Amino acid sequence: MANNIDAAPVKLTAKDFSSGQDVRWCPGCGDYSILAQVQRSFPEINIPKEKIVWISGIGCSSRFTYYMNTYGFHSIHGRATAIATGVKIARPDLSVWVATGDGDLMSIGGNHFIHTCRKNVDIKILLFNNEIYGLTKGQYSPTSAKGLVTKTSPYGSVDYPFNPLSLALGAGASFVARTADTEAKHMQEIIKRAAEHKGTAFVEILQNCVIFNDGVFDPITDKVNKAEKMLMLKQGEPMLFGKDNKKGIKLDGFKPVVIDLNDGANSVNDVWVHDEKDTSHARAFILAHLADNPELPTPFGVIRQEFKPTYDEGVERQIAHITEKKGVGNLESLLFNGNTWEVN
Amino acid sequence: MAQETEKEILDLKEVTIRFAGDSGDGMQLTGSQFSDTTALMGNDLGTLPDYPAEIRAPAGTLYGVSGFQVHFSSRDIHTPGDTPDVLVAMNPAALRKNIVDLKRDGIIIVNTDSFDAKNLKLAKYDKNPLEDDSLTGYKVYPVPITTLTSSALKDSGLSFKDIDRCKNFFALGLMYWLFNRPLEPTLNWLISKFKNKPEILNANETALKTGYYFGDTTEIFENRYTVEPAKLKKGIYRNISGNEATALGFVTASLKSGLPLFLGSYPITPATEILQYLAGYKNFGVKTFQAEDEIAGITAAIGAAFSGSLAITTTSGPGVALKTEAIGLGVMTELPLVIINVQRGGPSTGLPTKTEQADLLQAMYSRNGEAPIPVLAAATPSDCFYMAIEASRIAIKYMTPVMLLTDGYIGNGTEPWRIPHENEIADIPVKFVTEKEGFAPYSRDENLARPWVRPGTPGLEHRIGGLEKANITGNVNYDPSNHDFMVKLREEKIQNVKNDIPDLTVQGNTEGELLVLGWGGTYGAIKEAVDKATSKGIIVSQAHLRYIHPMPKNTKEVLSKFKKILIPEINLGQLAKIIRSEFLIDVLQYNLVRGLPFRSSDIENQIVEILGGKNGK
Repeated sequence: MANNIDAAPVKLTAKDFSSGQDVRWCPGCGDYSILAQVQRSFPEINIPKEKIVWISGIGCSSRFTYYMNTYGFHSIHGRATAIATGVKIARPDLSVWVATGDGDLMSIGGNHFIHTCRKNVDIKILLFNNEIYGLTKGQYSPTSAKGLVTKTSPYGSVDYPFNPLSLALGAGASFVARTADTEAKHMQEIIKRAAEHKGTAFVEILQNCVIFNDGVFDPITDKVNKAEKMLMLKQGEPMLFGKDNKKGIKLDGFKPVVIDLNDGANSVNDVWVHDEKDTSHARAFILAHLADNPELPTPFGVIRQEFKPTYDEGVERQIAHITEKKGVGNLESLLFNGNTWEVN
Repeated sequence: MAQETEKEILDLKEVTIRFAGDSGDGMQLTGSQFSDTTALMGNDLGTLPDYPAEIRAPAGTLYGVSGFQVHFSSRDIHTPGDTPDVLVAMNPAALRKNIVDLKRDGIIIVNTDSFDAKNLKLAKYDKNPLEDDSLTGYKVYPVPITTLTSSALKDSGLSFKDIDRCKNFFALGLMYWLFNRPLEPTLNWLISKFKNKPEILNANETALKTGYYFGDTTEIFENRYTVEPAKLKKGIYRNISGNEATALGFVTASLKSGLPLFLGSYPITPATEILQYLAGYKNFGVKTFQAEDEIAGITAAIGAAFSGSLAITTTSGPGVALKTEAIGLGVMTELPLVIINVQRGGPSTGLPTKTEQADLLQAMYSRNGEAPIPVLAAATPSDCFYMAIEASRIAIKYMTPVMLLTDGYIGNGTEPWRIPHENEIADIPVKFVTEKEGFAPYSRDENLARPWVRPGTPGLEHRIGGLEKANITGNVNYDPSNHDFMVKLREEKIQNVKNDIPDLTVQGNTEGELLVLGWGGTYGAIKEAVDKATSKGIIVSQAHLRYIHPMPKNTKEVLSKFKKILIPEINLGQLAKIIRSEFLIDVLQYNLVRGLPFRSSDIENQIVEILGGKNGK
């Protein structure tokens, strides 16, 4: 099948994926970590670099394409997933990646995003979510917390934010995951998982904007808080968190609650066991919305993975099928097709 | 059939018929069947489908009237006809709306069954026009089409509604009889269309034949008419619409360039048909992507262009407005892309199903920054085929977006097309760079085009984007002098297209008092007007621009040989503005923006008025 991407013949290193361009993000920006983890994990996804295409839109995140030594296209605001869709349909032999931000993907590019997920186009989308517009110097974004004071919301934003995981799940993305710029190893694992997935892979990366929204994720990802606030999902394992993993998430009907494994009333057998392939959409949404309750931790890892034929495969299959049925198209007979008459 | 010979068949040079009825009456089908049969008989013809934007407007209303005009002749013709000789009116609204256009002594065939109190009221008739003297001077043939169709189909087992839907085939059969056309082409079409619905097939066949025999047996018609085949150039012909020709043109360009064809598009009237046609050509490797919106249509196409496809996007004016930012991206990244605008009436949603030429300045200038692109315009339905190939050739050779303008009239209208053989069409050379040695993404060839690299080529990994580029390296560059250099380089590259397109030709004398200059879909009306004026002894010439940006090298020279230049346009003078600013030559304008093609008589009157009716006599 043309959609299978050839394996790389020689082992590449992180350095092979550096374009050598000066990286121009602000010192301390979370984007540096994302670039480093991508460059470190890419040698292991076993795809030759000439077969990899990075597409981006506009925003700090979207400068990413310039720094990767692959084919790259830094395009216009919001359109990266649509351009990536065109690349993948035209060339199923390529591995197509999108680097994007919360404004680029969820605001101006929202329509393209949901339709890409719906169609299950085989592209990988990394969302650098810093809950702020950085490149335009600090305005609230569609993922900013309600009440956030910014240059365009001096008295606090009155918008409700999107939950990116929930939006991706609702739009039918077949791979939905979350990681954070502070979790290097975890991010590498998730990137490799996304690379292996066939279909639309959506990865939300919590990314700190050191200038305009510094520390926004500290209540979750900070060293002091992470044990209590980060729920690291592992396939087939109970959802445990807290100091020494002594807390768990229990599903009480449709309601997730925290149980204490030290209190003698609960055991690990009561804890919700994570299943990425769970056929229940409802449970995936419960996970995506877990932290809506401030008592509950924020989940990280693969929320959901589903296997279904991709859009680009469908296109190829249909062409092959019709060509087999009708034979390879002949121009002369196409032109002279239908009702014709001769003038002598 | 013995009676057929009893009625005299009169030979006519040309006839224009307008079929008009409710938008659910099947008038477009009736008209196109009549046209296809007429084309097969060897007549030259032109058609004008004229339908409302509503799919099934409330029955009987004036705004729900759908019309199809066909002009056919034994000579070479170029328009769908100015004024119909025959009007087939299926209801009072169709009569009221169309009678103003009919020739003073024209023929009216009416479905009398529909002239009841309710329909008369909907058509805003106080009195039944069939019963007063308001139709005096016309030859009116009242036919109870609904009753005759129903009685012929009473044993068909079909519902009342299905039987009613066959009445257009009765009307078609009657017109076939009146104008001496064979039934076979339509019978064959019915068989292929309804092969799985035998009851519908039989009913339509019966209705068609009943209409035909009614003409034969009824006493109301004194004569029949015929129009001899036209003396067209030797060859094999088919009747083709501009939208189908456009689709065929791009499939041809794909095969002639060896590039797979990718269309990113969002349905929009009157351009949707191109997407529909191309979606059917899967065995030519054509990939069609029906996108979530206009912007995704073009940006997916840009992605496909970046990946090495012949990439196109089809739309109409409102869609071009949405695609504008992405066209600028295509200019900056210097990727080949064809944007097809099947123009319709604007602004905003405007007149979705009507024709107009008011998107020329949009095509030329609507982008932010200095963003020149070649602009081409097809002149006739079949010319869309050749201009689609030309647009592809220029896009690939110069690595640039190209705008191809057609319009609702030539997109939907049809004409006989002398089909070219595959080997008469030139190959389109394509060169993908594969050599690592000396490669730079923004280096230039002799035409100033940059190299095209297919992703997947080892060692040539590179990045492009919408930020300003340094020449040669393609690195992001904000340097003031570099920007000035690149702005001028992109302009010069597009100007180079001038060296690669045919000269502007003049029909008639190459110098004189008056040149009528047109562009796009007005070619036929202008040609007919100039021909008629010439036949009356007036000396006037015609030139028609198919390449508008840049214009052919000899354009100024051609224009400077005439004392006066008349530019008829279905806008407020957009080409006139360009000609004045480009050449400092003043021009006379003729602008009529009715959502309809020009009548050739309107242009002829302008010619006579300008020349005072004296010149050459």
